[in-house]
Formats: sequence, C-alpha cells, structure tokens
Amino acid sequence: MDSETKQTTFSKSTGLPRKRFYRARAHSNPLSDSHFPIPTSPAHVDFSLHFPKFVEAENKISKKVEFADIGCGFGGLLISLATLFPDTLMIGMELRDKVTEYVKERILALRRTSSDGQYENISVVRTNSMKYIPNYFEKGQLSKMFFLFPDPHFKEKNHRRRVISTHLLDEYAYVLRAGGIIYTITDVEELGEWMKACLEKHPMFESLTQEELDSDPVVELLCSATEEGQKVARNGGQTFRAVFRRIAYVS
Amino acid sequence: MEESLIEDAEIQNKLEVAPALISVHPSQKSVVVAVGSDLRVFDLLENCPVTLVDESDGPSRKDSIRAIRYGASGKLFVSAGDDKLVKIWSAESWHCLNTICSEKRVSAVAISRDDSYVCYADKFGVVWVVELDGIMEGKVLPSKKGAQLLSHYCSIITSLEFSPNGQYILSADRDFKIRVTVFPKKPLEGAHEIQSFCLGHTEFITCTAFVSSPELSQGYLMSGSGDSTVRLWDIKSGSLLDTCEVSILAGHGESNESESLAQVTVTDICTIPNYAFAAVAIQSFQGIFLLSCDLAAHTLSITKVIKIPGESFIPTSISVSASTRLLWMVSGASNLPGSNHPGFSRVRVISCIESSSILEDEHIPGGTKLLEQLQGKVPIEESVMSAAAEAVRAAMSSLLMKKQYSEEKREFRKRTRNDKKATQ
Ligand SMILES: C[S@@+](CC[C@H](N)C(=O)[O-])C[C@H]1O[C@@H](n2cnc3c(N)ncnc32)[C@H](O)[C@@H]1O
Repeated sequence: MDSETKQTTFSKSTGLPRKRFYRARAHSNPLSDSHFPIPTSPAHVDFSLHFPKFVEAENKISKKVEFADIGCGFGGLLISLATLFPDTLMIGMELRDKVTEYVKERILALRRTSSDGQYENISVVRTNSMKYIPNYFEKGQLSKMFFLFPDPHFKEKNHRRRVISTHLLDEYAYVLRAGGIIYTITDVEELGEWMKACLEKHPMFESLTQEELDSDPVVELLCSATEEGQKVARNGGQTFRAVFRRIAYVS
Repeated sequence: MEESLIEDAEIQNKLEVAPALISVHPSQKSVVVAVGSDLRVFDLLENCPVTLVDESDGPSRKDSIRAIRYGASGKLFVSAGDDKLVKIWSAESWHCLNTICSEKRVSAVAISRDDSYVCYADKFGVVWVVELDGIMEGKVLPSKKGAQLLSHYCSIITSLEFSPNGQYILSADRDFKIRVTVFPKKPLEGAHEIQSFCLGHTEFITCTAFVSSPELSQGYLMSGSGDSTVRLWDIKSGSLLDTCEVSILAGHGESNESESLAQVTVTDICTIPNYAFAAVAIQSFQGIFLLSCDLAAHTLSITKVIKIPGESFIPTSISVSASTRLLWMVSGASNLPGSNHPGFSRVRVISCIESSSILEDEHIPGGTKLLEQLQGKVPIEESVMSAAAEAVRAAMSSLLMKKQYSEEKREFRKRTRNDKKATQ
C-alpha cells in the first residue's frame, strides 16, 4: 500500500483504519479449498511476529495464546478483552481476507496510539477455523473460545457449515483445557437453540450456572463488544447465549 | 468457460479410474484382488478360486471398490467403495454377512481388533461405525445403518486404522492430517476424545500402518504421503519421530530426466506385526522400497530398493502375510479412459524379508491357477500396464491434490456452485 492510499484508508481524526475500505462479501463458504497459507503444525506458527512485545531471548515467545475468537469479524471483542486481560495472549480467526486485513491494521493503529503499551496481546490470522484449528493450537492450550454471532446457515442441508456442531466440538474440546470455557451468542433463535443443544449433548461440556455467569466479567461483553452485537442491540434484537465449560472426560 | 467445462469433465473421467487393490489373509489362507467392481478371491488352503455368495438383494455392484481389508483375526473381510455399499464377508465361507448402505461413497474401512465393529469413512470426511453383534456365529444380519463416530470437516479420509491394542482409531486425510481418537466403550455414541493430531506432512496422506516389536507391542505409526516422505509418529503425543525421504531414491538410476527428482507419492505401506520393517510402494516406481525402523532410536531408514525388471510393473497396492512374510503386489486399474478394456490386474509376489527375490509366476503360492483367478484370463500387454499406471496416478492427483485455480476459474466455480444452483 503506498502512502497516498494509506492516508485515505485511515481516518484522519482517529488514525484508525476506515472500515469502508475493507468491505467484503458478507459470507464466505467454509467448504471451498483455501488460498491462504496453512501452518503445518502449531510449532510452525511464528507467534513472535504477532506479539513482538512478548518476545524474550532467542526470539522465543514467553507465553502461549490462550483465547481464540472464532470468526472474529471486525475484531471488537478482541479489543475489549485486550485491556481486560492485559497479560493474556489472544488471537482472532477470520476467513475473509479483507476483514482480516482490516483487523490487523486496526490493532496496529491501536498499538501505535496507545500511550501505555496496550493491545500488544491481541492479533488475528486469516484461516478457515472449521478445518485448521489443530494446525494452530496444541492440546489443552486454550482457556477460552468465543463464537459470537456466527453465520446462521439456515437451510437444513447447510447445517454442516455451522461453526458449532457435535463433530467440531470434539476439536474444540481438544484445544480447550479442562475448565476452559466456550462462549456462544446469536440473534437467530433457531441457531441459538442449535448451539445449546449441541453443547448439551456433548459429553465433554457442561453448562455454567447462573451464579457463574453473573460473576464472569466476559459474559456481558458477548452482546456489546462486537460490531455484530452492537448492530443487534441498536435494532433492539433479542440474543441467545450458551456458555459451557470443558470438563474432564474418560471415553 | 467452455474450457472449464471440458476440464471438469476430464477430471470426472479420471476420478472414475480406481487402482487395483490386493489384500492377503493374515495367515495367508486366501488372497483377494479388487479391480473396478470385481472382487476376486483365491483360497490358498484349498488351492482353488472362491465363488462369493451374496444373498443380500441390494443393487449389484457396478462402481469401483475403493477399500478392502481382512480383520486382524482373519475371520472377517470388508469391501466398500463408490457404490456406497459396505459389505462384510465371512473370510471362511465367503458369504456376505451384512451389507451396510452408506449415504456417500466410501473411501476407507477398518475392522476393530476384536471383530465387533466395522468403521468406514465417506467422501465427506465422516467416519461411521456399525456394531457386528452376533456376526461371528456366521449369522447373516439384517441390513444395518452406521452411526456417526467422528468427522474430518469436509476432507477426504484416505486411511482408517485401529492401533495394535485397539485403544485408538486413526484417520488420515487429504489435508495433511492424522487424527488419533480414543475408540470409546460405546462407539455408537460417537468418539469425542481426541488423543492427538499427527501433523508434519506437507501434502495429502495416502496410507498408514503400525510398526511394532515384541518389546514395543504398542508400536509406532508410519504414514505415507504425496510429499515424498514416509514419517514415523508417536500417536500418544502426536510427535513426529522421523522422516524418510523417498523421492531421490525413487528417481535414481531410472533415467536422468529431471522429472524423476520431482515429488513422488507414496501409495501404500505395509508392515508385519513384531517386525520393525515396512514395504513401501511409490507412484511411478517399478518396484518396492524396504524400510527398517529402529523403534528404540526412533529412526526410519531405507534398507533396500527392489526393482522389478522387465515388464512395467508399478504396484498400485501391496499386502503382506504375517505368517509367510511374502509380499503380495498388484498393479492395475479399473476401466481405463478411452479403452474398452474392462480393467485388469497383474499380481506379483516378493519374498522380501529373507531373500528379497521376486517369485516367478509358477512359484507363487497357488501358481497359475491363482493368477488366472486374480488377474482374469485376459492377456496383459505392457502398453496397457503403463497406461493403467498413468491413469491411476492422474486420478489420484486430481482427487487428492489441492487445486490451484486461476482467479477466473474460481469465479466460474463460484457461479456454478451446486448450493447456489439450488437456490435459483
Ligand atoms: C456474522 S460475522 C460475526 C463477526 C463477529 N464475531 C461479530 O460478532 O461481530 C461471522 C464472521 O465469521 C467469519 N467466518 C465464517 N466462517 C468462518 C470460518 N470457517 N473460519 C473463520 N471465520 C469464519 C465470517 O467471515 C464473518 O466475519
């Protein structure tokens, strides 16, 4: 990007990238073959490039990523979580190329404009989370996974494209440690029920109690922190939430 | 646009060419060859061809068989493929004991160590499980439907394997990945606990097999891939123990064409329980590689390259008998495009552990009688053999290799996508 286009794609007043230059198709087909690099294994992902401030001697990163925002969209949740958990590394996964580029620029701009070194703990990768989660995270590496306002895929024959399903939960249970938490929310009632039902019938997850939900500071961000959540709130839409814990399990 | 259509039609055509497959009974009581939809069995104890008895009144097989195997005990045999039927046979009476209807084409099968479950993978990456209660008494069971066991999201599963003690089921796919899953006590409720992923291959995985020794009965996993390597894994942790490059050697001595140094695909691996040894077949290579595995040092190395002189014999499938340690190989394909040849197969045998000598046809167990049954009576010309090997190679790459579409073609594919069509 030359400096001239750079000037216009970034807002003069805030220094942040302007969303309208990163518009993309509304939906991506998660089934089609990919055209982006896929790490061979988690050991092949160079997270030091994502979190340069967390790099220690020998170019080694001092921490592992613990939170993953799946289908992070424009990145609103990551930005809220960044300051709430400043010592935790988090990554967004997004399928759409332009949206990923936007989030990258947004985070870099926030890092530049932050006076006290904030936003160094969040980053984003372009990938198809439905196929490549095991390529990014080791067994039990994550303590939180987020699925906020995922694409609904209404038609029955497209249900297998939904990001929550019994089979995909097997993989999420693999990357989540026992005690880790999976957060889901949607404004589509049918999808909300689907996600809840999948989690309820999965033997490696259990629902959080009301008290646990009340005392978790992350829960209230689910409907307010992301762009999609804000849109739903503006239109006065209802939301449907399912928050479950990964439990220890013996087959 | 028309060009793309033609190309798609070509791909379609290639897809239909299936490699000939071979499987030998663990104690060499019988041998099976599958060519296209044809399943040919020879009984080595009685020294006679076997006529299969299939009383299921389902549709008769027309599409290619893609996966065959004996259970570890040698009592059961399974075959499955493009006709979406999984057939479970008694490997003694050769009666079809059960036919399972799959919703999709089947790409891989496995039988649990205790013969109580059959698992099969469909073209959408879903692995299904069927319980075989009562089948061992030789009962013909009413047609069954599989329950979903696990899934690789929209990938083609190329190999399914139970670990030697039956604790895990392994599934390898086109997306370079091997998943190790705990085989649960109640498999019909799904296998949710993933033990590990074995990640390291950089191309589609084609085949897997366990190597073990008397000291290390759990063994390690070997896998072959389109990335010209055979790799050794510890399945508990998913760690890669060693990588053995086969490309350079496969090209070596053949010719000096630069092409021979290009990536080659490992097409099949077979091992013998308690022998730290494997035989490996490689695409376009006229012969077999023998690998030895040092289970204590965690290393794989090539000990011998056996070339098959004369005719262009490129094995499409190999199988080894644990009792006789003879390596059975088949080369062949189902219907060849542009030929009215019904599909053919050529069978050869190597005594690979003791002497690595290629047996003359008359010295093969079962002799010419066996060859007549497994190869059919058609004379096999060398040109047909090479054409078949090439067709199998082309079919495999178009099925498993990641397609690199040009921007234009991608747009075209988007416009003609099936799911879009349905909404119009
Ligand atoms: C409706 S948006 C919600 C975005 C964000 N979570 C929010 O609440 O604003 C769903 C997002 O998921 C992304 N997505 C869909 N399938 C995906 C996949 N398989 N892997 C990664 N991202 C995916 C889409 O590109 C889209 O940006």
